[in-house]
Amino acid sequence: MNEAAPIAKRTAKDYATDQEVRWCPGCGDYAILRAVLKTLADIEADPAETVFVSGIGCAARFPYYVETYGFHTIHGRAPAFATGIKLANPKLDVWVVGGDGDMLSIGGNHLMHVLRRNVDVQVLLFNNEIYGLTKGQYSPTSRVGTRSPSTPLGSVDAPVSACLYALGAGARFVARGIDSQQKLLPETLKRAHAHKGASFVEIFQNCIVYNDGVFDAFTAKSVAAAMQINCEHGKPLLFADGTKGLRLKPDTLALEVVEVGADGAEAAGVLVHDETNLALAQLLCAMEPPTMPTAVGVIYCNPARSYDEGVHAIKEDAKKRARGDLKAVLQGGHTWTVEP
Amino acid sequence: MTKLDKAIHTPAPQSAREELESAVVRFAGDSGDGMQLTGGQFTQATALAGNDLATFPDFPAEIRAPAGTTFGVSSFQINFGARRIMTSGDSFDTLVAMNPAALKVESPNLKPGGLLIVDTGSFGERDLRKAGYDANPLEDGSLEKFRVIALDISAMTLEAVKPFGLSQKDALRCKNLWTLGFVYWLYGRSRQATQDWLQGKFAKRQDLADANIAALNAGHAMAETAELPDGVHGFHIAPAPIAAGTYRTVTGTQALAWGLLKGLELAGIEGLFASYPITPASPVLHVLAANQHLGVTTFQAEDEIAAVCAAIGASYAGSLGITSSSGPGIALKTEAIGLALSAELPLVIVNSQRGGPSTGLPTKTEQSDLYQAVFGRNADAPLVVLSTRSASDCFDVAIESVRLAVKYMTPVMLLTDGYIANAAEPWKIPDLDGYAPFPVSFHTEKEGFQPFLRDEKTLARVWAKPGTPGLEHRIGGIERGYDTGHISYDPDNHHKMTKVRAAKIDGIADDIPEQTVELGNTPGRLAVVGWGSTYGPIDRAVDNLRSQGHDVAHIHVRHIWPLPKNLGALLKGYDKVLVPEMNNGQLVTLIRAQYLIDAKGFNKVSGQPFKIAEIENAILAELEG
Repeated sequence: MNEAAPIAKRTAKDYATDQEVRWCPGCGDYAILRAVLKTLADIEADPAETVFVSGIGCAARFPYYVETYGFHTIHGRAPAFATGIKLANPKLDVWVVGGDGDMLSIGGNHLMHVLRRNVDVQVLLFNNEIYGLTKGQYSPTSRVGTRSPSTPLGSVDAPVSACLYALGAGARFVARGIDSQQKLLPETLKRAHAHKGASFVEIFQNCIVYNDGVFDAFTAKSVAAAMQINCEHGKPLLFADGTKGLRLKPDTLALEVVEVGADGAEAAGVLVHDETNLALAQLLCAMEPPTMPTAVGVIYCNPARSYDEGVHAIKEDAKKRARGDLKAVLQGGHTWTVEP
Repeated sequence: MTKLDKAIHTPAPQSAREELESAVVRFAGDSGDGMQLTGGQFTQATALAGNDLATFPDFPAEIRAPAGTTFGVSSFQINFGARRIMTSGDSFDTLVAMNPAALKVESPNLKPGGLLIVDTGSFGERDLRKAGYDANPLEDGSLEKFRVIALDISAMTLEAVKPFGLSQKDALRCKNLWTLGFVYWLYGRSRQATQDWLQGKFAKRQDLADANIAALNAGHAMAETAELPDGVHGFHIAPAPIAAGTYRTVTGTQALAWGLLKGLELAGIEGLFASYPITPASPVLHVLAANQHLGVTTFQAEDEIAAVCAAIGASYAGSLGITSSSGPGIALKTEAIGLALSAELPLVIVNSQRGGPSTGLPTKTEQSDLYQAVFGRNADAPLVVLSTRSASDCFDVAIESVRLAVKYMTPVMLLTDGYIANAAEPWKIPDLDGYAPFPVSFHTEKEGFQPFLRDEKTLARVWAKPGTPGLEHRIGGIERGYDTGHISYDPDNHHKMTKVRAAKIDGIADDIPEQTVELGNTPGRLAVVGWGSTYGPIDRAVDNLRSQGHDVAHIHVRHIWPLPKNLGALLKGYDKVLVPEMNNGQLVTLIRAQYLIDAKGFNKVSGQPFKIAEIENAILAELEG
């Protein structure tokens, strides 16, 4: 008997397609692609059972560059396609990729529903606070005052916070990453993948052409340590090399930054991260520079039964309780016979 | 199951009853009067009596319109007879009006000399005023041309159900059953099936079951003993000559949903039915949701767009995606339908047409989405379009839609309408083993694979679903290379792909039946060409005129796109072509454009089906013109 030769473990490179990548040189998407390919290698993803689904936008080109199944669909609707794919075949490992315009503007509705239904997919939202593919208009995550071809006098409308939106929609896994964090990002993506149900990951992505440096206030090397806090379950919420921490203000439902002295985090009243705590997750997601650091890592993880699992359980139950086939359905109710 | 016997056909002495070939009865009342239920029961009793029949439920868009108003009138019409019944009937022989508003709305269509049954208990001053009557029509002589049976149905119902101790409100709710009992006697229908149904429906409220049955019996007894207007002794309608077999009543909704299930079974795959609630399409979702043990999963999406996208996602993953809506919802799905046909994925889109544009007349019927179906997308995007002609026809057309979608890897739109969806007719339950399977074969061969490999004959691409090792590939809405399936912006390639997509759909004309002539000669003087739910009135009108010696034929088109390949030649065999449609002229435009024939339209856009007489008159005018 011939025994199949053991397949050598795939490397990140093995998950890349032969297609020429068409993002602008220096685009943050390259770094995210690298992190995703590494993640796929680390989790030993089966390319045949993996599907990348996207809508429209720069980020939505993603599936063409991953050597798995891929479906580049229409603007904003990727979560709906992904839901259909999971309902048809729950065994498939489905990743949804899109930008802030795709997922929060035209597709905001579908994002809400894929999250609240808890469909077992990974949703990666590449947030660059701008429309790239249509050449630089402001997006629903752009800050007030953003000057763009469509807002030459500065934008007026308030932006949406992707993670607060996700939490509000009922997401049971919310995490954040940064394109340039090649060590941290794959770890976060692995957690997202391991989570059963909808996993939402916002990835801050630098658009070098239309919005370069928009996240510098917390991603620039010089400030990164002071302005980012990596949330780890069960560990104190420390940043700035452990010299600062987050504490709940005694009299209000708000977080504040405290200096951590020689007595340590506990003495300073620093909170220990509990990723199952929704209220804490909301406070962490709401933090913004310059007064507060930006929270990254797994901010919220509180699993529940996924939609696809629930639907299939109900279907199996219906099959068990079924009283017959289509013939029985047609013969059900009142029938009568006309004799020849 | 009930076996027909003579006793059911002739429950009253036949000699005393007037023999009729057919009759049209319309039950009309307030939205809360239970007229749809009453009509449904009468339909069943009539089917059991062996008559052929057609029904027309006609109800307002409001869930509970203000009581007693003309816009809150809910009606149910049934045409039944000892011969083949083609429509729900032009005008009524009997009208049941449960209140003044129903009388006001419906009496214009009651035949002179027709029987008018009214509940005088609902003709108080306030009721009259709400209906817009200045004087009581029962007293001012305005109803003289009818044979009026004016009864205090409310009072008699209260009397009949007194022993059961119901509240006044519950007791009055039995008056539709009282009325049904009365009409049952008039037309010699058996009460048994309704009694059985009431026992089942109120299994947990025996007092309600007893009270309703008592009301039914009391109405029946009243008709039997009351002194009815001159010449009314009850009617007898002999069973129609109906082919032997087992029958049931079926609505278009039911037949369509079951046809989709049968189609999935014949294709050998599972289905995802994804839809968003919209009148009059939602009941298809309801029927399938209750039958998820039969190879379908149902998904109520967050909107119309998500519904079609989820369906396409399912098709991509190897199930058949099916979505369903009505005109406005189909408009929202349009972009995604374009993706399905350019990515060449199977998809069935059910369009239950209603009055439009925009919200239009949600509960009224129309066939005005032909343009949207055939032309309604950006770019060159040919769509397969089929139509159904009647409730029972929906079963076979649904199967055909599934067959074409999976065989040609393309979206198919099935056009039905609000009339067909709600109308009930007797249906000879088909032999489910008699359908030829058309099993899907998924591509698995790695050698030479690319996602747009085509079958040389059908031009359909391979269906390679995720989960198949070695066939990992990417598809999408961007143009793809003919030879590789990869993204391609090459100008010549786009030209070629556009032509191939069109040729694939055109080629389906070789895989569908040639157009036949329903009635009449070919060639001939005048062809009446219809599609969809105008089948019944056109067929009866043509039949009537042919029996008067006119050279007229009926052609009914099922395949709207591609059209049957012989249709042009067939139509050129007639001196004149008349196309009646419940729209402002859509198929007629298509026919004129395709065949350069001077076809004439005959259009009715009132939200109501054609009357036979209207089509007869249009044909006569065209023959004379």
